[in-house]
Amino acid sequence: MSQISLHACAVMIVASFAHAAAPAATQAPSAPEPTISIHDFSFAPLSLTVPVGATVSWKNLDPEPHTVRSVDDQFRSGALDQNDSFSFKFVKAGTYKYVCSIHPQMVGTITVK
Amino acid sequence: MSSDDSIAASRRGVLKCLAFGGAGTLFSLAGGVLAPLDLALAATKGRKSAMLDAPLFVQISDTHIGFNKEANPDVAGTLKQTIDLVNSMPVKPAFIVHTGDITHLSKASEFDTAAQLLSQLKVTELHTTPGEHDMADASASEYFNRYGKASANRGYYSFDTRGVHFVGLINVLNFKPNGLGALGSQQLEWLEADLKGRSASTPIVVFAHMPLWTIYEPWGWGTGDADQMTSYLRRFGSVTVLNGHIHQIVQKVEGNLTFHTARSTAFPQATAGNGPAPGPLKVPAEQLQKMLGLSSVTLKRHPSTLALTDSTLA
Repeated sequence: MSQISLHACAVMIVASFAHAAAPAATQAPSAPEPTISIHDFSFAPLSLTVPVGATVSWKNLDPEPHTVRSVDDQFRSGALDQNDSFSFKFVKAGTYKYVCSIHPQMVGTITVK
Repeated sequence: MSSDDSIAASRRGVLKCLAFGGAGTLFSLAGGVLAPLDLALAATKGRKSAMLDAPLFVQISDTHIGFNKEANPDVAGTLKQTIDLVNSMPVKPAFIVHTGDITHLSKASEFDTAAQLLSQLKVTELHTTPGEHDMADASASEYFNRYGKASANRGYYSFDTRGVHFVGLINVLNFKPNGLGALGSQQLEWLEADLKGRSASTPIVVFAHMPLWTIYEPWGWGTGDADQMTSYLRRFGSVTVLNGHIHQIVQKVEGNLTFHTARSTAFPQATAGNGPAPGPLKVPAEQLQKMLGLSSVTLKRHPSTLALTDSTLA
């Protein structure tokens, strides 16, 4: 847990604790919710840029379970079985790198600005 | 058929292997060397002499309770078969080691089902280490709530049985992006201290979920900082490193260290790099038993060394 990406860490250290590990239950009704699909052991798109306040959803299409875990523990899903979803509201600007904790070779990035 | 002629499996033995879907691996202590035997072979009458000593322990792995996809819709059934196999052994092992992925999704209900099934083992002593599938709940607490006591919720611990020093490690936390499993500096420091002062003649058994050597990096089949661990183990005369995770037997011998991955009791996986990703391997139903039951590790008596035998029927 201490071996996280230093670059991401530098960005995230300024983030408040207020939003940590709190999956957003609702999202703003106006903007469409960006969705990242998890398919064939990969996040698609691999990188996504969203405005501050956006809620991002992940949906697992694989028959194999996956998770969505921020490398510096800003957000973490449980195990997502096939067709399960997880969403998180990004309230702070920054670069958020995340992995699937079951298959850590799967890496994605959310840029919030 | 078996390619090993020192303990060649008879036709009947091979058929018996087939009958048992999810075979674990039996270890017996032979001249200071821990020797894995095929469980089905050990359960065969008249084979007791091949075991040299009473079995020390049985390793089962990757039971994936909760998995319900077509690669094996009945993982509870194949675990039950494995348990029946252990229970039918003429000489019972002292304990069971489960090298992780007890559950598929870390759900409480899956842990409960696994515990209910494992409670049917006539061998009651159970040592565990978690797989990444057991750490997949958001708080990673379901596993530790049930099995954390042995390690004070750290995930790593050691114990001694019959002159053998056992070390359980956890390498499914602290994942790095694009990386392998990791032990972490805190655990490595503990391991160094745990081994310090022990006689080099003490047989050591280390177990963790993910392979403790790099088998195939693109699929994360390895542990990034395992070399540090290996450096602490080299001075010992007999070291056996046991893992699961890849649902197939792969073995490496390096000096006095033997690295060995166990089969799953649930479903097979593709060999390294064979396909786009390390998911469950769907095989025809009649082949499933073959995938789970026929690769075996046997014991060569002279000298008393580990011998991996890849057996196929066809």
